[in-house]
Amino acid sequence: MASSLKISGLEVAYGRTDAVRGIDIDVPAGRVVCLIGANGAGKTSTMRAISGLKRPRAGRILLDGADIVGMKPHQIAALGLLQVPEGRQVFAELSIADNLALGAYLVRDAAEQARRLESVLARFPRLRERLGQAAGSLSGGEQQMLALGRALMGGPKVLLLDEPSMGLAPLFVDEIFAIVSDLKREGTTILLVEQNASAALEVSDDAYVLENGRIVLSGQASDVAENPSVAAAYLGG
Amino acid sequence: MLAQQMVNGVLLGATYALFALGFTLIFGVLRVINLTYGFYFSAGAFIALYLTRVLGLNIVLALPLGTIAAGLVAVAMDSLLLPRLRHRRTAELDSLMVTLGAVLALYSIMTAWLGPDIRRFPPGTISADALEILGVRLTAAEGLILLASFVLVAALMALMKFTRLGLAIRALAEKPDAAGLMGINVPATSRIVSFLSGALAGAGGILIGLNFNAIQPYMGESMMLRGFVVIIVGGMGDSRGALVAGLALGIIEVLTAGYIDSGLKETVAFAILVVVLWTRPQGLFGRAVGQRA
Ligand SMILES: Nc1ncnc2c1ncn2[C@@H]1O[C@H](COP(=O)(O)OP(=O)(O)O)[C@@H](O)[C@H]1O
Ligand SMILES: [Mg+2]
Repeated sequence: MASSLKISGLEVAYGRTDAVRGIDIDVPAGRVVCLIGANGAGKTSTMRAISGLKRPRAGRILLDGADIVGMKPHQIAALGLLQVPEGRQVFAELSIADNLALGAYLVRDAAEQARRLESVLARFPRLRERLGQAAGSLSGGEQQMLALGRALMGGPKVLLLDEPSMGLAPLFVDEIFAIVSDLKREGTTILLVEQNASAALEVSDDAYVLENGRIVLSGQASDVAENPSVAAAYLGG
Repeated sequence: MLAQQMVNGVLLGATYALFALGFTLIFGVLRVINLTYGFYFSAGAFIALYLTRVLGLNIVLALPLGTIAAGLVAVAMDSLLLPRLRHRRTAELDSLMVTLGAVLALYSIMTAWLGPDIRRFPPGTISADALEILGVRLTAAEGLILLASFVLVAALMALMKFTRLGLAIRALAEKPDAAGLMGINVPATSRIVSFLSGALAGAGGILIGLNFNAIQPYMGESMMLRGFVVIIVGGMGDSRGALVAGLALGIIEVLTAGYIDSGLKETVAFAILVVVLWTRPQGLFGRAVGQRA
């Protein structure tokens, strides 16, 4: 079920701005890997390149060994590489039920859709009573739950999470990371982008630190967390 | 007299609504102001004219075939013009300029090719019989116009609300990137939207051609003026608003022509537009832009 993701020599540019300058990231099957870095480091550019929303200038992105660079976003989604984008990007004008149905857009089997909806609603009970409401009526934290649930409806082989805790109340932040731990226990392969480095490092197996489009440090999450420069720059101590 | 005027107004308004629905669909989904849209109206009418005159088809066949053909013309033109424009930050303004140039070129090519004269459907295209109920006369052509407008509007509404394709289109309208992440083929779905909108324009052209029995290359242009009034009054991208505003405009035009002066019907239409823009810039039913999302 779970797949592996391997990025090598990835470069992303916007005109003359280099956002990502040749990075390698290895996300083995069934592991949680986090990519931490300050605002503007190039995290979202990396995620958009992986999902096919932004064509990289150079590099390879291998899903289970097969290069997906140049594929369209819908083709990449069809391979089970699913992203929860930065800022949640729920369809605010559509109902919660429609948002979840869109998550399973590629699942043609109605029984399978119903089964996944049941498991997502079991994980996010708050969404159940509000299925008919517009997603825009949810709070930020609830929208993040919906965005996560929407991605889970697609049955991810690799899950990409771009700053899922951004802008959320502390209670929701805890809930998000608890869900990431659950997914990890269930064997989901996850690439987690975060500015909340301490929580991300705690839940992850491996970690990469991105600065100005370059990986400046990588290794086991526990080792990275103990690195003095990481502690100084990202862990507030 | 008033009852007859109301029926004529609804008849005209139904075609306006149909036409405006396609215009608002392409704006609502692709976020471009597509002025070539008026051309698909003329194209539909001329294709149906060709099918009835040259191939001798019955209008009951020529109407759906002309509608589909206009949709295909729209797919070809839109795929050529729109993809380059959509991703710009200034897409709405750029699309106005580019599609204005394109549509003027298309009209002149059509005029050079087919001539500027008014053409008519061949006699016998549709039965000349008329129905008379309570003093209101309804010809077969008018019956067909009402039926076709109703069926097309209902079909589009049902497609948008109840089908997987409709869900994909609604998602694309709101957030194209996120739609792609859901596995929706964004370019292909955009082409389907072009097809649907072009088909609605084409059907509108055929029905208006039938209603007045007059077909002419620039007919799409005077229709676009009304299209603008309807989609602005109805709220840009709001299909419900387009339906109500389209019907209202048809009724107002017929009543103005009947009771005031037929030369004033455009004046009244634009007076309404100006008043709506002053008082409710978001359209009759729209929420203020700041309230969205
Ligand atoms: N659409 C864009 N156009 C131009 N520059 C961009 C765009 N998106 C991001 N950038 C630039 O690329 C760099 C990396 O941005 P981003 O990948 O969003 O970083 P992060 O997600 O780590 O905050 C920044 O300097 C940003 O200004
Ligand atoms: Mg970011």
